[in-house]
Amino acid sequence: MAHAPTPLSKRALIDRSYLEHRAKVLDLASFLDRIDRASGEGADDFRMRAFESCCALLIDGQPNRAQRILELLSDHSTEPIARAGTKGATGAVPPSSGGAR
Amino acid sequence: MYIDPHIHMVSRTTDDYQRMALAGCVAITEPAFWPGYDRSSPEGFQDYFRQLTDFEPKRAAQYGIRHHTWLCINPKEAEDPVFAREVIALIPQFLDCPSVLGIGEIGLNKNSRNEMEILEAHLELAASRDLMVLVHTPHLEDKLKGTRLIMDAIKNQAKLDPSRVLIDHVEEHTVGIVLERGFWAGMTLYPDTKCTPQRAVDIFEMHGTERLWMNSAGDWGQSDPLAVPKAQLEMRARGHDEAAVRKVSFDNPLAFLSQSGRFKVS
Repeated sequence: MAHAPTPLSKRALIDRSYLEHRAKVLDLASFLDRIDRASGEGADDFRMRAFESCCALLIDGQPNRAQRILELLSDHSTEPIARAGTKGATGAVPPSSGGAR
Repeated sequence: MYIDPHIHMVSRTTDDYQRMALAGCVAITEPAFWPGYDRSSPEGFQDYFRQLTDFEPKRAAQYGIRHHTWLCINPKEAEDPVFAREVIALIPQFLDCPSVLGIGEIGLNKNSRNEMEILEAHLELAASRDLMVLVHTPHLEDKLKGTRLIMDAIKNQAKLDPSRVLIDHVEEHTVGIVLERGFWAGMTLYPDTKCTPQRAVDIFEMHGTERLWMNSAGDWGQSDPLAVPKAQLEMRARGHDEAAVRKVSFDNPLAFLSQSGRFKVS
């Protein structure tokens, strides 16, 4: 399938979107700081372990980061579950499901 | 000008129709979905299907927008197969309505056995009536597994032509496998989950513009009924020409939906 790469240059993309994504990096940092400052349980939450693994992918220098992060956060089991106990999803694979990669 | 091929207008205000029309929307399709609570009886769906086939097209027409619909019981309410089969039995009486395009949005939510059973029942109905299909894929961590299970279930129905099936809510990790198997793919533009307009345009740049569309899936949750025109703006800002913008936001949905023989733009 033919693809249509962005007509903008690397520099033009950076000029256009750097500040927007600088703000998003600061949001990530302040989210982690906020959790550090908070009290109570949650330090070993599986979602945060997954989050840290995603952050590592961001700076590994390899392509297709978005796809690889989504795969990291996906259930890789192949059989239907016995019953849907809830309607919602958590955004990462619970360790008890056995579907984490 | 654009088509929003997946939006839940029963959850939106008439002001949204006006804003969409002002932004260039000329036609929409509205799949049946979950209202945020489980309905207490199949008769609740009888009323819902009347709303989708009778009331909503009239409300849209006030703003020059053509309204079409897809009927089903959404996978979020499919965990009780007996209940779900009673709802599926209601669908045929609405299939002759001129704005009904097919069965949707069917699929999986938590990838359970009961959801699979009801997905297969919907697929049998679509195959037996030669109907088009609009597919919902699961959320977040369940999406990749669910997309694979759904595609396998569709392939088991030999009468269903993949070119008449759209698999919706694709993201970077599912768009390739959907297109490779001959289906159409839809990207849903949401603020936090699914795709942002920026990521949707990235996907067009990486995977091309064939058999691919985008929609707002605006509903009662956090969503934006103007997400499609915002993605059009993102494409223009990146330097894509008007032909490319039109292809993904008008020509592609028109091509897919016209296979129903019922889809019209104003």
